[in-house]
Amino acid sequence: MSPSVPAIRNGQRIALTEVPRFGADVFAGSLAELLGQGLRVCAYFGYRGAQGDVELYAVCADDRNGLFRVFSGVTAGGRFPSLTPRFPQVHLFEREIWEQTGAVPDGHPWLKPVRFIGTGGVSPAIGEAEFFRMHGEEVHQVAVGPVHAGIIEPGHFRFQCHGETVHHLEISLGYQHRGIEERLCGGPHPVTPYQIEAVAGDSTIGHMLAYCQCIESLASYAATPYAELVRAVALELERCANHTGDLGALAGDVGFLPTMSYCGRIRGDFLNQTALVCGNRFGRGLVVPGGTGYDIDERRASTLAESLRRISADFLSATGLLWNNSSVMDRFESTGALSEKMAVDCGLVGPAARACGCIRDVRQDHPYGFYRFAHIPAVTHESGDVFARAHVRWREVRSSVEFLLRLLVEDNGGLAVSPACPDYPIQMNLKRDTLTVSAVEGWRGEICHVAITDAEGRFKRYKIVDPSFHNWFGLAYALRGGQISDFPLCNKSFNLSYCGFDL
Amino acid sequence: MVDILKARIVQGYRTGAFPKSTPSLPDRFRGMPSVDCAKCGSDCSRCVAACPVGAAIHTSVETVIDLGRCIFCGACEQVCPSRAITFSSEYRLSACRREDLRRTGTGTAPAAARLDDARLRLFRRSVRLRQVSAGGCNACEADINVLNTLTYDLSRFGISFVASPRHADGLVVTGPVTQNMALALNKTYEAVPAPKFVIAVGACAISGGMFAGHGQVRGGVAESLTVDLHIPGCPPHPYTILDGFLRFFGRIK
Repeated sequence: MSPSVPAIRNGQRIALTEVPRFGADVFAGSLAELLGQGLRVCAYFGYRGAQGDVELYAVCADDRNGLFRVFSGVTAGGRFPSLTPRFPQVHLFEREIWEQTGAVPDGHPWLKPVRFIGTGGVSPAIGEAEFFRMHGEEVHQVAVGPVHAGIIEPGHFRFQCHGETVHHLEISLGYQHRGIEERLCGGPHPVTPYQIEAVAGDSTIGHMLAYCQCIESLASYAATPYAELVRAVALELERCANHTGDLGALAGDVGFLPTMSYCGRIRGDFLNQTALVCGNRFGRGLVVPGGTGYDIDERRASTLAESLRRISADFLSATGLLWNNSSVMDRFESTGALSEKMAVDCGLVGPAARACGCIRDVRQDHPYGFYRFAHIPAVTHESGDVFARAHVRWREVRSSVEFLLRLLVEDNGGLAVSPACPDYPIQMNLKRDTLTVSAVEGWRGEICHVAITDAEGRFKRYKIVDPSFHNWFGLAYALRGGQISDFPLCNKSFNLSYCGFDL
Repeated sequence: MVDILKARIVQGYRTGAFPKSTPSLPDRFRGMPSVDCAKCGSDCSRCVAACPVGAAIHTSVETVIDLGRCIFCGACEQVCPSRAITFSSEYRLSACRREDLRRTGTGTAPAAARLDDARLRLFRRSVRLRQVSAGGCNACEADINVLNTLTYDLSRFGISFVASPRHADGLVVTGPVTQNMALALNKTYEAVPAPKFVIAVGACAISGGMFAGHGQVRGGVAESLTVDLHIPGCPPHPYTILDGFLRFFGRIK
């Protein structure tokens, strides 16, 4: 362990004066050393100071020891060495730094805007950038999007094909960019929590939890164990709903309609349990800084538990069909396969990483909230294909339901004596000139928020890293050598967020 | 095969009885607000201060909640000292006219949401929709998508979503319309053959919602297209959306 780089735990804070500040070369050297030791990048971003100087901040996860290593650097004349050629997992982070601050990663092989934010003078208009081209006889390109055929968010996919075979896929996003991070500077504002809930609407609870951990860490405030229980219930319900929806959609993409139609409904049943707690199917307003906006009283807990048992039985009957059906399995198995090495190199997180055999789960590696008291074992599979991503989700729903029943039936009675929703809103005075890291295992994987405050205790920089930011590259890679007709299936097996990426 | 049939029996028939009967919504659901202006203190404007999205407007004469901006967080209800603002369980929130979304008074009756007769004649039996997400956070999109599941079974009303704007009769738009999607939205609209219509779903699409004022987004769909139906919410409940569609296309009164 390099002694010059401090380590903090999930949800801990560190004074900015204690965060080492290296020159550009030492900074890149330290990052390379940590990544070489098997750590992975959680967040890596730039901050443009008033004088136009650019500071770089890196947060690397040491999953084995449950630590985050934090350090910063200053660019030299607006430039810093690119690590992408050695560590592909940083490639989007470096592009983002360039787009947001103008600092140039020297030696980056594919320096192109990430979101086409149209500021700083480095961004061309969206849709006007060059795409990676393959040349040769009978080679052709297929362009898809931004408007897609279904009811989904916009993004552009550019395939380089020879016959049916995809040799390269470039994913170009930014259509959903709403300027959330920019607006967070100088915050928190009254609208901030609501915007955080809408970073990715299907991960309302996940992002809000990460935000609340940041705020509570900076304000030296601890939510009650009962509030943490309610939050964990909400997070697992969100996971169950989305995983179920994905399994249904995967069945739909291979034309297996029974599971598709049942899961469409069962996903809604899970969402309705969240609505039972807070009135909103996506959990808006359920998690708030300091605690939760709603409690789960005894009556609600027993209704929830009873419904969950019923929904879980429906879920098993609906999804069990998949694994016994040879036509489904033929399409799932060995489609879009990624190796464990590739998953590690790309820095994948969540079910997509676990399906490649990587044991990565924030709930286990960096326990937070109620996961400090009650555990969910990480679910992995080795084959890295569509089947693995589907099966990992299936098993995760089962262990989440088991976990939920344990919380609602066994733990709820004992903890409900402490209030879940303390008098709200609590006045939160944030610690000045401080940095905090907060990570949450959302249903797509690691959601990482990093907050840095200024001398007034307002956000100087607030970085949001949605799991999709790590994983879109994995999808592009999974397609290589595959058939273009497998794209919808592969895409669904990752089911990444466009707005969570675009921010 | 036997397993599939067995599962079919276990899963049973699950399509909701709506519109024949009122859907059952959770007790903590927030629907149409009622504003009892008589209870408002003349110098009180706590609701205005508490509202994170500028949906509460207080003048010397009345207090108004603009459903086109409202994200139904309930902050105004919480801070109101005289309980003048309460959210009812009325889920029928859609309205054709933007001004009908500015609610005041204690009535919670839904506003008119029916398409004009000339176009309705064309779409009365069958209508095809094309959805465009223009900066939506995937919550509105997800709860529109859910109308295709067997619980809501949208196609039994002769309404369905299609993959191409050329096959569509109108657009359903979500999101505040990001600068990066503005061109694609306009192109999609142009590709829909006339006569056509535009439905804005969610606070973002109606007014820019919580992102209004950001340089990277426009203030909703109405800045670039004429909106024929507004469906408020953040996101609207699927039954709010379904009710909006059914009233708009004359399937129910």
